[in-house]
Formats: sequence, structure tokens, C-alpha cells
Amino acid sequence: MTRVLPPRRTFADREDLLGAVMLGPALAYVILLVGVPFAFAIVLGFSNATAGSLSFGWAGLDNYVAILGDPIFLRALRNSVVVTVGSQVLVVVLATAAAQVFRATFRGKRFARFVLLLPWAVPVSLAAIAWTWIFDSTFSVINWTLKAAGLLHGWLYWLGDPALALFAIIIVQAWRIFPFATVIVLAGLSSIPQEIVEAAIVDGAGFWRRLFRVELPLLLPVVAVAVLFGVVYTATDLGVVYILTGGGPANTTHVLPTLAFQRGILGADLGQGAAIAVFLLPFLIVVAIGMLRLAHRTEVGGAR
Amino acid sequence: MKRVALYAAALGIVIFAGFPFYWMLVTSFKQNRDLYVGASDLSHIPWIFNDPPTLDHVKLLLGQTDFPRWVLNTLVVVVAVVVITVAVAVPAGYSLARLVGRWGERMGIGIFFTYLIPPTLLFVPFSRLISLLGLQDSLGALILIYPTMTIPFCTWLVMGFLRSVPWEIEEQAMIDGYSRLAVILKVAPRLIVPGILTVVVFSFTLVLQEFVYALTFISSVNKMTVSLGVPIALVRGDVYHWGALMAAALFTSIPLAIVYNAFIDRFIQGFTMGAVKG
Repeated sequence: MTRVLPPRRTFADREDLLGAVMLGPALAYVILLVGVPFAFAIVLGFSNATAGSLSFGWAGLDNYVAILGDPIFLRALRNSVVVTVGSQVLVVVLATAAAQVFRATFRGKRFARFVLLLPWAVPVSLAAIAWTWIFDSTFSVINWTLKAAGLLHGWLYWLGDPALALFAIIIVQAWRIFPFATVIVLAGLSSIPQEIVEAAIVDGAGFWRRLFRVELPLLLPVVAVAVLFGVVYTATDLGVVYILTGGGPANTTHVLPTLAFQRGILGADLGQGAAIAVFLLPFLIVVAIGMLRLAHRTEVGGAR
Repeated sequence: MKRVALYAAALGIVIFAGFPFYWMLVTSFKQNRDLYVGASDLSHIPWIFNDPPTLDHVKLLLGQTDFPRWVLNTLVVVVAVVVITVAVAVPAGYSLARLVGRWGERMGIGIFFTYLIPPTLLFVPFSRLISLLGLQDSLGALILIYPTMTIPFCTWLVMGFLRSVPWEIEEQAMIDGYSRLAVILKVAPRLIVPGILTVVVFSFTLVLQEFVYALTFISSVNKMTVSLGVPIALVRGDVYHWGALMAAALFTSIPLAIVYNAFIDRFIQGFTMGAVKG
């Protein structure tokens, strides 16, 4: 921007000073209440701190040795990976399909869009309690419907069987996140230059060919954004598992956040809780690198 | 044929997304004898009202539980967090977009990244901090901590929003003799109003949805927020009051969904900034 302005002398005209003063509180908040606790979380992992006392001793790698030898932790780690990957695969499929639907015009679209957004708007904990009721061992409406349709002959104890419970958790996570991904993919679709799509149609590309050869490659950056946020939301979520299964039956469905909560807060072993939570970092680092790459790509492209 | 496929797909999506909410609705107004029929009884269709609907569960929720109290607590936290977020994030967003220049963008990305650091990584150190400050089991803990989630995202939102507001208006004011500070105090606020509104709505929805910190810091039933109290404290011993529970979930979801519907595009801009051009 070119500026035809009088020279600045006073504070009221010093952009750098004003900028620092206005940015200061946000920076302070973020550094003091996110940066410092984040560092403290990592330090705590190497300590024997407990919630009951203020003592704070160095424990070296004890917490890590303890959890890495703990089958419950290893299971939780595996569950976190399975739930995150499983739900995100579902999310990508559902969101791409839903975005194709919502790009078209049809009767009742406004209502459909309102319903689509419901899972994203509802608080996680309330959605989870509703699903708990849906998966209830005696009153499950899913079981009734399957039985009435003649598809189920025995009985499904959704939250009482480790494999089924994990499946239920994946379904709920995908349900909760796909609306968000759909809206993001839609935003991406609307930014694809119409000429490219028209050119593909002129060249005789059908629906599927257009989707897989033309649109999806162009959509990749947006789908990536949706997946990256989805990974963060799923891998770090505590509410769904805590409410649906509480980590049960017999600690088979814990994920890292619920186990960290159980050990660190309920069990008052802050050190071990922090050490477990640290294993969320690889998920976040993957996401952070992905985001930076996307940001870098658009910067190089000179979009802004 | 293509239309049929389209409507079938749309119907499938609506059913998958909306079915838990339909289930909340049905459960909230069913009589207990209609509600608690085992799913192995195929002659009793659970999807419909077999007996006339009732308001019993709603009366129980509003009259005999702490739900009204939780709504009040939630509103207190919402107002405080919104005030803090607007006061901190709006000036910061303005600063990044207009004042600090080239490295402002890098810093904006840096602040945004802290939004990705999840509560589940921070609740352990925070539990220590909160007890050191003597804030355990108080709404003050939530009011102090929630802005760590709203400020990064909202700063980013305001920054992005201002990029779409032409600089000329402010520039003209300066040519007319306003100081830089006067522009910020007198001209800019009018320009940012839609951005501020988005910040308010985002903070509001985040407070209503948050569960992890509330679960960590709050233990007394009368200090809980809606999203904590409903799933945790509406259970009496082993007895779930499913009717009241689902009514509470429904009453909380509907206003949130309406707000989301209105503001969705603005939120999405915040998430996709950079990946979607324009």
C-alpha cells in the first residue's frame, strides 16, 4: 500500500508501538496459559508429581518405562490410532459424497443442510450421551431395527463388547466430524474455476471421471485441511469415549486422553497422566506439518 | 434416474446425521411405559409414540434437577469469556492485519497453531495451576482457561476478516487528519462489527460445547455447566433418567444449531484460510 501521510512522531502515530500494545495481551495470554503449561506438561511427564501434594521430584524416564510396559496403555495407544484412522477414512468418504449432494439443488435443501449441521453444533458430551442411549444394552433402537428387518438373530451388546464398542466409537466420531468436513469440501468445490469443469464436460468426461480425475485432485488441499482438523478433533477427544464406555469393558476401549484422565486426574498421578498425554504429540506434529505445508504452498502460489 | 439417486443420497445423509436428534425428540416426550420396552419385543415399535406424548420428563428436568442452575452457570461463563475474548482477540487481530507488517502473518499462523494444542494435553498441568490459584471447583477456573481456546482462533478470524475490508476507508481518515490511534478508536470499530459478531458467536458456541476442562476442574453439581452436568449428574446412582436427559440434550442443541446455521460460512473461512483461495 502506498501512503500519502504526514511523518509520524507521537505514540498515536507509531504503528509498530500501537501494534505491539494491541497484540500484547493476546500474546501474553497465549504464552502464559498455553505455551508455559504445554512445556510444563512435558516436564511433568518426567516427574513424580501427584495431585495431593506440592512436592515435585525428578523421576527421569520412570513414567515412560511404567506406561510402555503397561498393556492397558499399549491398548489405548492402538485404540487411538484405530479410532482416528478409521473415523477419518469414513469422514472423507461421507464428506465427499455429501458435498456432491449439497452442490446440486433439490427440494428441501435448506432443511437437509440444517440437519447436516446438527452433529457438529451439538456439544460433544450431549451427543455422546444420546448415542449411549441409542447403544443401550436393553433398549437399543438399532438392535430393534436390525431384528425387525430380519438382519439380526442374536443380540449386539454394543458397548459391552470390546470390538463392537470400538466400532461404535468410530461411528460416533465420524458422525460428529463429517458435517464439518462436508462444509469445508463444499467451500473447496465452489472455488474450483468453472472453466476447468466445463472443459472436462466438453471433453466428454462423465460424472465419475470428472470427480476422480478433475475435481478430487483440485480438492486435495481442502480435503487435507478437513482431515487435519478431523485428526486433531478425534485423536484428542475425551468426551466420546469417556461417556460412551468410560474406557470399559475392563479397560479395553481406552484412548490416550481417557487413560491420561483416569491416571492423571482421577488417580492423582500427574506425572503418569502427563506422560500418557505426551503420546498425543505425534498426531499433532503430523497435523502441524501438514498445515504449514498447505500454508506454504498457497504463499508460494501468491494467492494473497 | 439421476434425480432419484440424488434424493436417495440426500435422504441417507439426513437420516444418518439427524437420527440421534429424532431419537432425543421421541425419548423426551414418551411416557415411561412406552419408553422402557426391551428392544427384543418386536411387536412394540420404538420409532413412534405408542402412547400419547407427555411433558413429565421436561417437568422433571426443569423442576427437580439442577438443570436450570447449569444453564445459569453456563450463561455466566459465556458472558465472561465473550468479554475477555473480544477485548483481547479483536485488537490483536487488527494489529496483525494492519499494524505489525510482514512478520505479522507469521505470528498470526503461530498464534493459530496454539489452537491445535488440545485440552487433553493441557488438563494435567492446568489442574496443578488451578489448585495453586485456589480456583478449583469454581466457575473462575473455566473463565480463566476457556479464553486459551477462543483467543487464538478469534484473533485469526479477525485478522482474516480485516484482510477483506478495504484499507482505503482508514487511509482516507488519516489523510483527513486523524492520527493512527484515532483511526483505530473511531473508524475501525465500525468496520470490524461483523468480525466481532463472529467472535462472540464462536466463543459462545465453544463455551457451550466444552467438556474436558469442566470435567477436570468442576466437581460440585451446583457449579456445573450444561455440557458437563447433563451427562455426568443427571444420572442418579445407576438410574439414567433418559427422558429428562434427552430433553436436556435437545433443548441445548437446537439454539446452537440455529446459530451454527447462520454463521457457518464465517467459521469455515477461518478454517480454510490459505487452502481455499478467494
